[in-house]
Amino acid sequence: MSVLQALDIGLAFVVFAVAAWTIFAHGAFAATVGYVVYGLLLALVWIRLFAVDVALTEAAIGSGVTGVLLISAAARLRAAERAEPEKSLSGLSRLLVAVLCAVVAVALAGVVLLLPEQGPSLAPQSMQRLPETGLGNPVTAVLIAYRAFDTMLEKVVLVLAVVGVWSLAADKYWGGAPGEARAERPEPTLAFLAQILAPLGILVGIHVFWVGADEPGGAFQGGAILAAMWIIVMMARLTEAPRTNAFWLRLALVAGPLVFLAAGVAGAIFAGSFFAYPPGFAKPAILFIEAFMVLSIAVTLPMLVAGPPRREPRR
Amino acid sequence: MSLVVDLFSVVAIGAGVFFFLAGTVGLLRFPDPLSRLHALTKADNLGLGLVVLGLLPRSESLLAALKLIAIWALVQLAGATAAQLVGRAVRRKGSAV
Repeated sequence: MSVLQALDIGLAFVVFAVAAWTIFAHGAFAATVGYVVYGLLLALVWIRLFAVDVALTEAAIGSGVTGVLLISAAARLRAAERAEPEKSLSGLSRLLVAVLCAVVAVALAGVVLLLPEQGPSLAPQSMQRLPETGLGNPVTAVLIAYRAFDTMLEKVVLVLAVVGVWSLAADKYWGGAPGEARAERPEPTLAFLAQILAPLGILVGIHVFWVGADEPGGAFQGGAILAAMWIIVMMARLTEAPRTNAFWLRLALVAGPLVFLAAGVAGAIFAGSFFAYPPGFAKPAILFIEAFMVLSIAVTLPMLVAGPPRREPRR
Repeated sequence: MSLVVDLFSVVAIGAGVFFFLAGTVGLLRFPDPLSRLHALTKADNLGLGLVVLGLLPRSESLLAALKLIAIWALVQLAGATAAQLVGRAVRRKGSAV
């Protein structure tokens, strides 16, 4: 057994252990911390599988942004948790849950073990057609060219998620800004971090988006980094969350899906099929769409974290 | 020459791993949150610094080396900030955390 194999097996065990710890942790906060660690370890697993794009997304979205969302949810639930201790399930339902989980786990394990040695794969075709897109990163080609419709719908889902969060607002707050009115001064430690990190992070975010055409990276990862920078600046209270009825905000939210859809329709007119790119113009078209997607993602994720409006809109 | 570089890398990374180990032991064994933080952050900064130092001569280009140093600097920044925040939360709540 080589050293790398030993490390891989060790990594797999640690992933299992952290997953188990997350399930058995007491309290939502501890479980969330476990979940974030689990996500970062999964990112390492993806790197070991040479799926760097997936690793970046897992670390940024799966662990980072979802972690922040869950931690703020846990913080909001804390008072409720204290007031009403969790009712434990009866013995029978516990048994039922355990059996169900075991069946799913065994079925999954069975499927993985029964996989054919040489799985069906579209990878050769995908690599063969890659030059036509003008891209060097096949993952970006899959996302924005081969399966563009799926990716466009993913962005629509994100916008719907923001609409869902905003819908939790009381009627009188509709259109107002999320978060309490700023009574407190900036948090000095976080403000220090935000002031140093945000300029660097913005640069890194744009870089990750830009190199995504040819190397691991892309709109989602770059957008998530930009989103994180805005979240940090808001957390440090250097800036407030914008009013949710601000026109620029709503435009930025839908810009990505809108441009994407328009490009798809344009493809139907000029290139002969929905979401087709005219030969020779594929790469500029893809980068154009991606630039707007970065904008939308960078605005959507912080709005999800900021939560529903809690202030009356100024008119 | 390559033997010297290899030796340097092994020693530096080994020392880095030792500091990570020491920090982890401190995190698990020290009695109160502030001293646990102390063990963790000191060992993290020094441990990662030594690992990066060991990897520097092995990087493919100057840019890659600079990226490694930038990663270390960013982790320092994040670690120091997180430690400050946890430390403040501990002080606010008393040592009951």
